[in-house]
Amino acid sequence: MQYPANKQVIILNPKSDHLRMDPHKFALWLFLGTTFMLFAALTSAYIVKKGDGNWLDYELPQALWYSTALILVSSAAMHWAYRAASRDKTEHVKIGILSTLVLGVGFLGMQYYSWAGLVAQNVYFVGNPAGSFLYVFTGLHGLHLVSGIIFLAVVSVNAFRMKIHSGRLRQIEMCATYWHFLGILWVYLFVFLLMNH
Amino acid sequence: MAPEAQATLHEADAHGRDHEHEHHEDSFIRKYIFCTDHKMIAKQFLITGIFWAVIGGALSLIFRLQLGFPEMDLAWLQPVLGKWITAQGKLDPEFYLALVTMHGTIMVFFVLTAGLSGTFSNLLIPLQIGARDMASGFMNMLSYWLFFVSSVIMFGSMFVEAGPAGGGWVIYPPLSALPQAIKGSGLGMTLWLVSMVFFIASSLIGSINYISTVINMRTRGMKFSRLPLTIWAFFLTAIVGILSFPVLFAAALLLVFDRSFGTSFYLSEIYIGGEALPNVGGSPLLFQHLFWFLGHPEVYIVLLPALGITSEIIATNARKPIFGYKAMIGSMMGIAFLSFVVWAHHMFVSGMNPFLGSIFMLLTLIIAVPSAVKVFNYLTTLWRGNLVFTPAMLFSIGLLSFFISGGLTGIFLGNSAIDVQLHDTYFVVAHFHLVMGSAAFFGMVAGVYHWFPKLYGRMMDKKLGYLHFWITFIGAYMVFFPMHYIGIAGFPRRYYSFTNFDAFSSFADLNSFVSVAAVATVGVQFIFLFNFFYSMYRGRRAPKNPWRSNTLEWTTPVNPGHGNWEGEIPAVHRWPYDYSKPGASEDFIPQNVPLSETPESNLPHEKKALESKKK
Ligand code: HEM
Ligand SMILES: [Cu+2]
Repeated sequence: MQYPANKQVIILNPKSDHLRMDPHKFALWLFLGTTFMLFAALTSAYIVKKGDGNWLDYELPQALWYSTALILVSSAAMHWAYRAASRDKTEHVKIGILSTLVLGVGFLGMQYYSWAGLVAQNVYFVGNPAGSFLYVFTGLHGLHLVSGIIFLAVVSVNAFRMKIHSGRLRQIEMCATYWHFLGILWVYLFVFLLMNH
Repeated sequence: MAPEAQATLHEADAHGRDHEHEHHEDSFIRKYIFCTDHKMIAKQFLITGIFWAVIGGALSLIFRLQLGFPEMDLAWLQPVLGKWITAQGKLDPEFYLALVTMHGTIMVFFVLTAGLSGTFSNLLIPLQIGARDMASGFMNMLSYWLFFVSSVIMFGSMFVEAGPAGGGWVIYPPLSALPQAIKGSGLGMTLWLVSMVFFIASSLIGSINYISTVINMRTRGMKFSRLPLTIWAFFLTAIVGILSFPVLFAAALLLVFDRSFGTSFYLSEIYIGGEALPNVGGSPLLFQHLFWFLGHPEVYIVLLPALGITSEIIATNARKPIFGYKAMIGSMMGIAFLSFVVWAHHMFVSGMNPFLGSIFMLLTLIIAVPSAVKVFNYLTTLWRGNLVFTPAMLFSIGLLSFFISGGLTGIFLGNSAIDVQLHDTYFVVAHFHLVMGSAAFFGMVAGVYHWFPKLYGRMMDKKLGYLHFWITFIGAYMVFFPMHYIGIAGFPRRYYSFTNFDAFSSFADLNSFVSVAAVATVGVQFIFLFNFFYSMYRGRRAPKNPWRSNTLEWTTPVNPGHGNWEGEIPAVHRWPYDYSKPGASEDFIPQNVPLSETPESNLPHEKKALESKKK
């Protein structure tokens, strides 16, 4: 007998007797692990380099505080949207997702603005690694955030098509996981910078 | 979740049955190119890996000719190498550096990482855990195609005007960061970095898929304590990969910034041609830390799958349970963990803090313990077994031999005081070509001989296999053993020629000997290639379970279709190593045979388990 290449068939083996997770969610977690390792590597590189001397001192731009606040609020909005979805309050889902999206874009804008704060201090991407590191942290995190925003956009389109409700939570759940992760990642980077500055 | 899923499954099953009579031929493109079937993807990785092995081997022969016969007229290579052979018939010295760089890169990443893990993780994970395919067929396909793109870029880099990357496979800056330093730091280096970005993405996606498959898709009864050691090895390898490849990505990213945007992460106070570069504040040591944080785990990413394959083959062909199954798993976990905390043993003489050096020396020597446990367990599995010397078995025993002889020299190198003398000499080259190069290569070849029947439904020729084994085994030792002496004598690696040093002239013969042996050893690999491709079409048809093995892949049809098993997936009732169990009528009991069918051979605790189940 030929088995159709249908994913559901392939993934599930209903008679199995041990615990298993949704493979997509699980893969997302593993992906988060790789992203975390990337930033762990960069932040340890920062420490090693700093310990090495020849380090430039400058002020962390004020804008980073605001962007941190923005991303924390966006995480709350995301959570609210998710809770609304699991209770089938579709209107709230739409509002929640859209506000998350807007706050996310605002965060990106604020991060960009923080670069202006660096430039004002004569700290450029090209120059002493102390400054370059900050650009790399914010830039790379920003890139991940762009992917998060795309994910949010997909979810909001589905929200408007009424495709997100308590029976179909997986997508918004994965989106929420990713978004919270990006928030936590930023907080980690920010606290790290505050402490090692 | 579960009821919904079950419903879908029944629906799909019914659907499958409806179409039973319809003749379904996948189009060529779906079947061979954009294929999501794990078995086909395994073959794609294998064939691509073989292609790279041929290229990597050929490159090594060119520089071995240079090293063994520095006076030789190489004009006959001009048709292939073009301008890299000078008018005097000599190899261009900068091209020599490019050759060793590409050889190392190709062998470590493209052959022994992608070729080995890619082939066997893909083939064996679903088949041995009892799954119809990988967790995500799409991601699996993506992983191969990213590898393919990476391969195309790396291959292309060999044909650019200034030649491919030339800074060694470890691409240390500042050499690799400054395009004006050597030809090999120009466009070739850029392409190297771009290619590796694709490679890293491919490897990460592959690993994510392997891990989710092993965790989520095992068949009934396939507990972790019943997984074949192959699967344990692939699983741990994937975890190591997920934790270490992102770090290489970080290292490469910063290098890209230094090269193309003018940042100074790795650069400081450099003068070229008397002129100071603007870069200040960076540190080349930083790169070494980042690189070896991947680099050391990487050597185990290469070796662990080979060890897993070997465990399986040795147990099957010794007709004995693997000795110390739990200890094997424990030592693999130990190796996987320790591989993250020893990286600085590659940097003893880099100017790193010597106190830090002693800590890394201690940690490095501790890794010898789990390695020794593994060796001991292999030997005790072989001890007094009913050995069946298939080619796969011989290659596995060969791996064991290399693992021992190469591992011993690791202990020398791990002592920072001795490493001061031996670092960057041919002693290191000898060490890692035995313990990593030859061992992993033998593991890969053993795997091909052993699972060829599952890949192509036919058997490879045994006699050619024996011939291939003996010449390769002896040849590898003839190539790499003398390198220990050459290294102790002080020959540095990556030198184009030693003819200017009087002190080295007495070793010229030994170097020629090594080169001759290398040509012969690479040459006989064509026996293997012939055997491989010939058997693919003309080999003897394989029986269902040719090695009388216990694992699940041999319960599938000889040529398994999409979905692997016709009908239900077998459940698992025992560990995979019930070979020569006392009382049993056969000398093997496959994993899917229930305990209730083997009352004559059940052990006391199995009887008890059976009884408690009945109640
Ligand atoms: C007993 C265990 C081992 C110890 C103590 C050990 C120790 C070392 C040390 C100290 C070096 C650095 C030498 C130098 O550059 O001066 C080295 C190099 C190397 N080792 Fe091992 N090793 C061991 C096992 C292995 C294994 C199992 C593999 C691979 C599967 C491996 C692969 C390599 C490679 C590839 C290099 C050279 C990298 C390069 O510089 O290009 N080693 N080893
Ligand atoms: Cu190492």
